[in-house]
Amino acid sequence: MVIHDLSLELRRGEVLGLLGHNGAGKSTTLKMLTGCLSPNSGEISVCGLDLLQDASKAKAHIGYLPETPPLYRELSVHDFLTFAAKLRGMAGKDVPAAVTETQQRCGLESVSRKLIGTLSKGYQQRVGIAQAIIHRPAVIVLDEPTVGLDPAQIRDIRALIRELGNSSSVILSTHLLSEVENVCDRVEIMQRGKLIYSDSSAGMKHYKADSGFTLTLRNPPPLAEIASIAGVQHVEAISATQFRILHTAESNPSSALLTLATQNNWQLEQLTPLHTSLEEVFMKITDAESALTGVAR
Amino acid sequence: MIRLLAMRELRSLFSLPSTWFILALLQFVFAWFFLGRTETFLEIQPQLAQLANPPGVTAVVAVPLFNTLALLLMMLTPLFTMRLIAEERRNQTFALLLSAPISSTHIVLGKFLGLLIFLLLMMVTVPLMLWSLAIGTHLDQGLILSNLIGLVLLTTSYIAIGIYFSALTAQPIIAAVGALVTLVGLWLADMLATSATSPWHILSPLYHFQNFNSGLLDSRDAAFFVLLSATLLILTVRKVQQRAD
Repeated sequence: MVIHDLSLELRRGEVLGLLGHNGAGKSTTLKMLTGCLSPNSGEISVCGLDLLQDASKAKAHIGYLPETPPLYRELSVHDFLTFAAKLRGMAGKDVPAAVTETQQRCGLESVSRKLIGTLSKGYQQRVGIAQAIIHRPAVIVLDEPTVGLDPAQIRDIRALIRELGNSSSVILSTHLLSEVENVCDRVEIMQRGKLIYSDSSAGMKHYKADSGFTLTLRNPPPLAEIASIAGVQHVEAISATQFRILHTAESNPSSALLTLATQNNWQLEQLTPLHTSLEEVFMKITDAESALTGVAR
Repeated sequence: MIRLLAMRELRSLFSLPSTWFILALLQFVFAWFFLGRTETFLEIQPQLAQLANPPGVTAVVAVPLFNTLALLLMMLTPLFTMRLIAEERRNQTFALLLSAPISSTHIVLGKFLGLLIFLLLMMVTVPLMLWSLAIGTHLDQGLILSNLIGLVLLTTSYIAIGIYFSALTAQPIIAAVGALVTLVGLWLADMLATSATSPWHILSPLYHFQNFNSGLLDSRDAAFFVLLSATLLILTVRKVQQRAD
């Protein structure tokens, strides 16, 4: 049993990021969601249609890009996209317009007549995304969409995903945290086949985050004086002029501190809120889960 | 949908250089064999004329030609069927079909028909060559027709066997070897079984083709091919449904 006790919900017009270490079961989950793998037990429904009972109707609403883009290398981009559109059940008369539009959206016009096998990895990945969105599905499932792309292409693809999020629901798996930060509305973290955390991507940044700031004073008072300001929980000197101040989430002593600094001529130079990176949060969450289950990661 | 998948299969086949190479080579072999048999017929014609009921040009040229074609088909079909499903699995393109709003039956029938059309196109030159003889002589059209029906049925059953093996594995080579060993095994078992009532005869597609080859249309032979193909196609559909990787 690889995946168990998993419950995912994707709302309309939302970009959901599925995060996790390698081998956490992200790809397997996505395969089940798209009908490429049947679960032993459980239920999957797409737009109110049961994927297991009413497979054909439900699959018409799905666009799927697997880990390895499913491309017929011997076909040209144009022919392949035409085939993909028809395969997804588009009416014949709508196909040419959809192919033209999708090629333009994914930046494929210049290679339209080339054989897929001769394209670079970045272009192949774009063709993979194009085949997943060509029939304007309600649900778009992307398995590591930006893997193997150069930074400029990653930026383009992310912009495209954000744009897709306006009209469809997108679920993407990734292990790149910057992707989550830039693209996703909501985050689900998986570990060893289970969901261990779920929040909005903004909320995730505040997970067990210390509230506080770094303070630089050119003419600092004794440490005890700063510690005595109302709301300050803990002060720590980083250097002679730099301090790390922690406070409770409810009371922020920064304004009181600013007033005191001008009154006593502490010569305030810098006041920066503590910034937790998503990496730290991710490690915290997965480590906490490992500790809980008593298994070393 | 089935037509779309069959056309895709044909398009991919015709965009591979190896397909054209095999096609060219086979046409050469067919033509060579045809000319060889025609020459033999011209040589032995005076002797044949002395017989009370001499075999015609169709029996001397067409029957061996079709017989050889059936044997060649046994070797060739696995080379084409191995790609059908196994290669899609290996190249991970199968996910495209599995996530599309089509059933496993569509997938299997589409691939089956695509290859059937291709193999029939490959062999279409053989009856054309034979009909070219009609310019100079009289042909036994019934015998040719019976051979053609037999050949279509034989091809159908060979593809069905091949596609089943292709659905079992993600390695095209294993699929090819599996299908080849099965086909050759059935043929050898049929050849080696000396007793006329041996069950091996009933199981061998080539044994059933012999009747068509000699101009004997027997509904039992036709039923054998239809049943064999249908059973294997159903098994393949079930395999595709179950196994998703």
